[in-house]
Amino acid sequence: MKGRMISPGKTKGEALVSRNPMSFYGGIDPKTGIVIEKGHELEGSCVKGKILVFPKGKGSTVGSYVIYGLKKNGVAPAAILNKETETIVATGVILAGIPCVDSLEIEKLKTGDKLVVDADNATVATE
Amino acid sequence: MYLTKEQEKMLSGEQGETVERMFRLLVRLGEIYGADKMIPVSSVQVAGVSYKSIGDPGLEFLEDIAAKNTKVMVHTTLNPPGMDLLDWDKLGFPKDFAVKQLRIMDAFKKMGIMTTATCTPYLVGNLPHFGEHIAWSESSAVSFANSVIGARTNREGGPSALAAAICGLTPNYGLHIAEKRKPTLLVRVGVELKSNADFGALGYHVGKIVKDGIPYLKGIARAEVDQLKALGAAMAASGAVALYHIEGITPEAEKMAPSGIEAIDVGENELQEAYAKLNTGKEPDIIILGCPHASLKEIANLACKVEGRHMKKPLWICTSRTTKDTATKMGFTEIIERAGGKVVADTCAVVAPIEQMGYKTTAVDSGKAANYLPSFCKQQVVFKSLDDLLEGRTS
Repeated sequence: MKGRMISPGKTKGEALVSRNPMSFYGGIDPKTGIVIEKGHELEGSCVKGKILVFPKGKGSTVGSYVIYGLKKNGVAPAAILNKETETIVATGVILAGIPCVDSLEIEKLKTGDKLVVDADNATVATE
Repeated sequence: MYLTKEQEKMLSGEQGETVERMFRLLVRLGEIYGADKMIPVSSVQVAGVSYKSIGDPGLEFLEDIAAKNTKVMVHTTLNPPGMDLLDWDKLGFPKDFAVKQLRIMDAFKKMGIMTTATCTPYLVGNLPHFGEHIAWSESSAVSFANSVIGARTNREGGPSALAAAICGLTPNYGLHIAEKRKPTLLVRVGVELKSNADFGALGYHVGKIVKDGIPYLKGIARAEVDQLKALGAAMAASGAVALYHIEGITPEAEKMAPSGIEAIDVGENELQEAYAKLNTGKEPDIIILGCPHASLKEIANLACKVEGRHMKKPLWICTSRTTKDTATKMGFTEIIERAGGKVVADTCAVVAPIEQMGYKTTAVDSGKAANYLPSFCKQQVVFKSLDDLLEGRTS
């Protein structure tokens, strides 16, 4: 499927899909990459190396810096795919250099899918 | 979006990875908001300075950027940190907090940013002219620059303002464009505003209704600059107002006369309702003035009111270092200190960790502070005019 490039790069990996918006500041531990938001459907999952799929970001604007921290600490997702990337996530992925594509039909993706992401061309394919 | 050859090169990494990512951020935000091109900016105000707000992730990011020897290209000033940068120990700010906060200040300084540490850059040497394109964060300063001065800026976030400072550019959309500065709501003010707090209460009420729109206020006969500062700050906090017009007062009002837009009336009842909503506490543990940072005139006024008296409660008035230095030369700081108060520089009630300093109820005369203190600092709030706050609390 084809979307819109937010941040460039090519990668592949296993999808980790959330049907709900995600908060990064207070939502994911920047040291471990584990989702810590209480009651979130991905609580306890680790985003490291995953193709992290969620509709859009939510919460504090400091979330941008948390995304940067995940990358710096080596526990960032390999790529992020969104329905709509708002400014918190857009800022974070660009500063961190994490490939990101939005305007995707993410309903068609499920956790465990093997995905090939070419953010330069804004495409996502199953392996 | 149209990019010049020079800008294409920035995006391809020719000026290094930091410029590439910072510029990519501006391009992407521009595309999200429908910008047609980049425009040069001449002045930037960077927010996201307090360690309390940005934490370790922010600190590490800023240190990384500074370590790469990245410098800002335009005149750039800085928002308040979470403590008085000189007297933090005396004022009771925690040591571990202070160490991190000072590292943040060093990182900004290394980038060539003026560490003015104030939300009122226009009072300390970052003053744009009418119509000038700038990229400011700090919602109250954005409101002041757009509305009172007539400069042009969107509401930038910390990272996008930093990116604008490093690239010298901002995407051309929103309030940079003349037609996007027209009012969306007519506000007929039918009540006399007597204090800064009244302006704050009005701002709180209007901001809630207009949200991110542009109000045009009618019926305000006169307003001091300090009162406009209070009004804009409150509107930007309860709503996301980046620009307002006041008939007969602000520079763009005349050519922006509203026609065919929704109108509301604000009278004594609405003003009292705003006070009622913002007053969540009873007896304050501390009185904190200076949100936005107090002007020299406001400090002089406080000194005049407390001279020869003694405060029964702790009293802070927050201001920039520049303004405090002048207040000290004038003897105002000494008068306020003799009355038991403190002139606190650099920081403010909203970004300081006052909840960690044992305070549970804070009294303010600021609509912005009253709006934010419950969530940012877990405070109960007493919101009144300065005269009402001092009434019965001095001897």
